[in-house]
Amino acid sequence: MSEAALVGLFVATVQFGTLVFLAALGELIAERAGVLNLGVEGMMAMGAVSGFMVGLETGSPWAAFFAAAAVGALVGGLHALVSVVMGADQVVSGLALTIGGLGLAAYVGRNVVGERPETLFTDLGIAGLADIRWFGDIFFNQPPVVYLAVLLGLAVWFVLARTRLGLALRAVGESAPTTDAVGHSVMALRSAAVMVGGAFAGAAGSFLSLYMAPGWTEGMVAGRGWIAVALVIFGAWRPGRLALGALLFGFTLALQPRLQTFDIEILGLDVSSISPALLGILPFVLTVVVLVIISWRHRHRPSVAPAALGLPYRREER
Amino acid sequence: MASSGADHAVWLRGIEKQFPGVIACAGADLRVRPGTIHALLGENGAGKTTMVNVLAGVYRPDGGEVWVNGQQRFFHSPADAIAAGVGMVYQEFRLVPNLTVAENIVLGSAPGLLRTNEIEERVAELSAAYGMAADPTRPVWQLSMGERQRVEILKSLWRNASVLVMDEPTAVLTPGEAAELGATLRAMAEEGRSVIYISHKLDQVVAFCDEATVLRQGKTAATVDNLQDVDLTSLAEMMVGTSGGGYVDRPPPRDRGPEVLSLQNISALNDRGLPALADINMTVHSGEIVGIVGVSGNGQKELAEVITGLRRPAQGRVAVNGQDVTRASPGDRYGLGLAYVPEDRLGVGLAPKMSVVDNSVVRSYKSQRRGLLLVMDRCVKFCQTLVERFGVRVGRLNDPIAGLSGGNLQRLLLGRELAEQPAVLVAAQPTRGLDVQGVAAIQSHLVEQRANGVGVLLISEDLDELQALSDVLLVMYEGRVVGEYPPDVTPRTILGSAMAGNPPT
Repeated sequence: MSEAALVGLFVATVQFGTLVFLAALGELIAERAGVLNLGVEGMMAMGAVSGFMVGLETGSPWAAFFAAAAVGALVGGLHALVSVVMGADQVVSGLALTIGGLGLAAYVGRNVVGERPETLFTDLGIAGLADIRWFGDIFFNQPPVVYLAVLLGLAVWFVLARTRLGLALRAVGESAPTTDAVGHSVMALRSAAVMVGGAFAGAAGSFLSLYMAPGWTEGMVAGRGWIAVALVIFGAWRPGRLALGALLFGFTLALQPRLQTFDIEILGLDVSSISPALLGILPFVLTVVVLVIISWRHRHRPSVAPAALGLPYRREER
Repeated sequence: MASSGADHAVWLRGIEKQFPGVIACAGADLRVRPGTIHALLGENGAGKTTMVNVLAGVYRPDGGEVWVNGQQRFFHSPADAIAAGVGMVYQEFRLVPNLTVAENIVLGSAPGLLRTNEIEERVAELSAAYGMAADPTRPVWQLSMGERQRVEILKSLWRNASVLVMDEPTAVLTPGEAAELGATLRAMAEEGRSVIYISHKLDQVVAFCDEATVLRQGKTAATVDNLQDVDLTSLAEMMVGTSGGGYVDRPPPRDRGPEVLSLQNISALNDRGLPALADINMTVHSGEIVGIVGVSGNGQKELAEVITGLRRPAQGRVAVNGQDVTRASPGDRYGLGLAYVPEDRLGVGLAPKMSVVDNSVVRSYKSQRRGLLLVMDRCVKFCQTLVERFGVRVGRLNDPIAGLSGGNLQRLLLGRELAEQPAVLVAAQPTRGLDVQGVAAIQSHLVEQRANGVGVLLISEDLDELQALSDVLLVMYEGRVVGEYPPDVTPRTILGSAMAGNPPT
């Protein structure tokens, strides 16, 4: 295998990692606040199509990126309205969001299929570092969204661990009555978390349509939203582990289309003969394995998952 | 009578509150002077919890006024009540198990940026100032119930609450911890804070409190300005309206039959992986009631679970009707004649959202099935038989069972467990939270089963109940049986010190 192909593999790993990391980071915020959002796939599709269309119109990738985030937040707001404010089942509402979001995105984008915007995100090429052999391309010559994602990851960690807001968010994900009783608004915290989470998913979707696979086609999110949901579990609801998991999942995603061009044998097995479809299920298999391991390690302790995850809250119930 | 709430720390005036199908408060009053400990008394369902939830901003009253520290208040949320100086310690603690002590204490009143070390230091200072030991860095799930309660009180002190509400505070405490709590509350009252103290334990009420309000059926039935002037009996009479109600007649002693349940050298771990039972040996014979005495949390729950097969013992042997069942499933044990009325009746005992019919046949559908199919007619008929025989008051049999009152749930559950004439009945807290009629009904069923030759293991926190019904009392403390006593001739003081881990020799 050529050096260029290998560097290309790792460049793509970082980009795919960024894609699922952004979406999963949003899901992590919602889940730490106790709201399961299975609508990530639909939100990413909505973000992808709306970002692409704003990009076509304005020619500004940043305007497109933030428009996609706003659309994601809006869709998240719908989930919040149904499942947080009205207390409907979060699984049903989330699944409806995925199905509806995919369909709506296909409808909205039916006239822009095949078009290309004039300006897309360009690689940043950090001066002095981008020329380093191998590492330069992998770490220092990436589109700005990659670096933004790193900053957002740090910000989310900081807010959750070190601020009053983060404490309240963690608490409402563990026990809504407790958080209510100390005077935080359960509804406001959870709705905000779901909307911010939606914004992250929408933004991730636009990274797909504005950089990774420029353009819009129906079905282009291709299950990456579900990988993001799995990644939250894989990362045990912690931003740091989420980042590591994102690189691992990103690697499998980057490897998938390249696998059959690789002329390598490992232990006598021709790598190019492995089916990409099998590789595609690897993130989910890894997630289940990690889930089993952490459940076992926590069998005598409270679970790692937020204790109130998926439970709606109404105050005057007895 | 004062014409305004100005001279009171709390004045709840003519509070009315309805829930679907239930009138919780019908014009109840509560007045608390500053710097006093005020007992709020009443039977289950008298409206105590509703009253304090109105004060805490959790419920909005349908009618009436709320005055705190001389000002009329309109609470729209718990936050409003906290801001007005009301601190609430719920019976089921409102703590987040996965957060640390310090995080729990500052939750809701934390600064924008958390400086963890600084907060932990200040929490440590606060707990030292009130003599309540609590390590601020530990996660709450590792704490005992007594420690958790201290964290709850510290939480209110952190917010500088002028009124502290304690709902059944000593239910989870050892006698020693309860005495400490009394001292802490007194210290707070001497600083000018007021305490509202809800409890059923009248001896503690008299020991800790200055004044009392008694609620009955959602109304204020009596007020006592000085608790030193009244005795326990008259307090009890105020609560129930009549005295001496509730308990069935003591059954005459009888010859006990063969052994139906035996435990040998049983040890087991609790949910947290810590030792919960240590070297338990006990037997229950046909036709006797064995009473398990102890403050809750001393292994009673784990004991019931080991017997019924819901928890695997670390070592030892369980036998039902002479057969070793140590490794048998709960279903197999039921087949051998072991029936179980669990402490958590709506959760472990019954499935809340399933109908009355489904819940009554879910244990065993032997007689209601044909091949793989359930015959609905037979299910309904079986359910009706239970309802009639055990006097369950129900609406429609196909409604979710969660709509039934506590006493009716327990009647149905007990009926279902007794339907196939068991040899052994394990009953955990069977009368807790029931009204007088319910208690009497359940107790007379237990006595009737004893007369029919069933061996009953009765786990209860109610000493009156245990002494009235049991043929023998076993006292549990920290997972061990620390004493065996005849029920009628053993003074309370002896049982009390055994429950505290010091059995007199």
